[in-house]
Amino acid sequence: MSQAKSQNSIAFVIGASSMGTLIEWYDFYIFGMLATIISKQFFPADAGTAALLSTLAIFAAGFIVRPFGALVFGRLGDLIGRKHTFLLTLVIMGGSTFAIGLVPGYATIGWAAPILVLILRLLQGLALGGEYGGAATYVAEHAPVGQRGFWTSWIQTTATLGLFLALGVIIFIRSEQGVEKFSAEWGGWRYPFWISLLLVGVSVLIRMRMSESPMFSKLKTEGKISTNPLKESFGNKANFKMVLLALFGAVMGQGVVWYTGQFYAQSFIETVCKVEFIQSRDLMLWAILMATPGFVLFGWLSDKVGRKWIMLLGMLLAILTYRPIYKQFLVITSAHNRIEKIDLANTKISEKIVVVDKKDNTKIYVVQHFDTAYTDGAVFKYTKTDTLHLSATYDPTIKIDSLSALSTTLILTQSAKPNVVIEKTMDKSSYWSLIWLVFVQILYVTMVYGPIAAFLVEMFPTKIRYTSMSLPYHIGNGVFGGLVPFLGTLIVEFTKNEAHPNGDPLAGLWYPIGVASICWVIGIVYLTNKIDKNVMD
Amino acid sequence: MNSIKKLLGYVWMLLAPAIICFLVYEALEKMGAASAAQKANVTLQWMIILFIFTPICIGFFIFGKYASANEYDHLPESSSEIE
Repeated sequence: MSQAKSQNSIAFVIGASSMGTLIEWYDFYIFGMLATIISKQFFPADAGTAALLSTLAIFAAGFIVRPFGALVFGRLGDLIGRKHTFLLTLVIMGGSTFAIGLVPGYATIGWAAPILVLILRLLQGLALGGEYGGAATYVAEHAPVGQRGFWTSWIQTTATLGLFLALGVIIFIRSEQGVEKFSAEWGGWRYPFWISLLLVGVSVLIRMRMSESPMFSKLKTEGKISTNPLKESFGNKANFKMVLLALFGAVMGQGVVWYTGQFYAQSFIETVCKVEFIQSRDLMLWAILMATPGFVLFGWLSDKVGRKWIMLLGMLLAILTYRPIYKQFLVITSAHNRIEKIDLANTKISEKIVVVDKKDNTKIYVVQHFDTAYTDGAVFKYTKTDTLHLSATYDPTIKIDSLSALSTTLILTQSAKPNVVIEKTMDKSSYWSLIWLVFVQILYVTMVYGPIAAFLVEMFPTKIRYTSMSLPYHIGNGVFGGLVPFLGTLIVEFTKNEAHPNGDPLAGLWYPIGVASICWVIGIVYLTNKIDKNVMD
Repeated sequence: MNSIKKLLGYVWMLLAPAIICFLVYEALEKMGAASAAQKANVTLQWMIILFIFTPICIGFFIFGKYASANEYDHLPESSSEIE
């Protein structure tokens, strides 16, 4: 085949594989990004139960089930071929995502709502578990010798671009509709799920035109397909030890760096630094856009200098700089550090607003807004809510809509501590400082993730490749990486006590730093930098 | 380098059960300290963490065992070495 035809051919392979993988990532991420709304819509209002099911469905289910998907679809891919298997994963992912958008809320169908959502979330995780191994294997088996890192790096961009697409779609719809309309039971939050069906439909049509991987076809022709890829992958010590090395020496660290630099960073900026919803996501979009070419750059570079040192350098930089970076997030967004910049002329304090609880008319909320403006353009909005409990002698027919309507004899108790919600809109300079700090983290992501598809493909023989590489990949990313936001938040909770009611906001970073450190040591000592030129065996 | 691989293998074999013991200890402590309202949620969280990390730590122990037995002194360079 001429070089031009070969380039066109592989370009189609990349495009077809990448588009489907990108859409699957988009489907997976919109669920996580809309988790707050989903938990309110699909779970009962009772705090204990809602927290229970919310934990199960949102944080655990989708990630934990990915390795099982890797086993199921990895096995299928090694038995029947790559192409048909990841057509199947795409259809399952698209169908389950679309269906999530159709499930009525708890208020309408009761307990059926969270159960249906949980099942659909599990299907998403299973499908994703099968997708990536197939796409990376498929592309790598088409790539010319000496360019595997470069061509597979395009697949590596899809996870981040899927995140980008998810963020962009959600921000756009929310901006158009406003908070209330967006968050209603049949509001705009459902639209990203419905859009998925259209995207999946296009991708299925494209993938149906793809031909099977040439290496798999060759195996099939020669009658050398594995009859039991699971047993050959994990029952054969020589291969199983490589599966373990791939996980503990590479993917485990790559997974925590991936999720820290993107998910944990966004969550930290929004929930700890209190940067407002749209801005906290906008800055992620900018950082992702600027850093994404790094995947291709480091994939290409890994073809020249080897995969190991690039991945381990990215991991080491992450280990050494995460704490300073996140400390800087806190400094940039601190109100304490900008006292001298307060713009008194534009700082507003609202009147106190009295709101009666809709379910309990003896509970009254007194709400007051403090908008602190700064000379550099930043605005920090504080909403303080005191809760008053009215005495039993209170006459519910009396309308209470202002403080003057309340008398001290009516009030039984007042909340000991007011609830304060903070929302910060950063000035331009601080906003860009935050973007650069996230950009640096995503650059580490491109270093550890760009070369890893080629690295994993080269570790395993063709006939059990889909199975063997999928499992460590989804344990490293789905389990170690996927649990970064959850475990990071949990660790911070553990640091809270009477002396430090807010705890140590940086404590959550010890989880990714610890995991990446162990992985880095194992990688340095046990991995080889040698590139396997022949993956056709 | 092979002697470092072997020595670290023993370290991983010790670290794996240490991690499980640490997680079990933390689970018992946090579940005991949780209020009645939070107990079910805290218990579920820790059960999930233990369910996920126990098999991973078993795998880590096996990795350490292989390392201590010099299994990683030479990495395979073709599929024929694996079959």
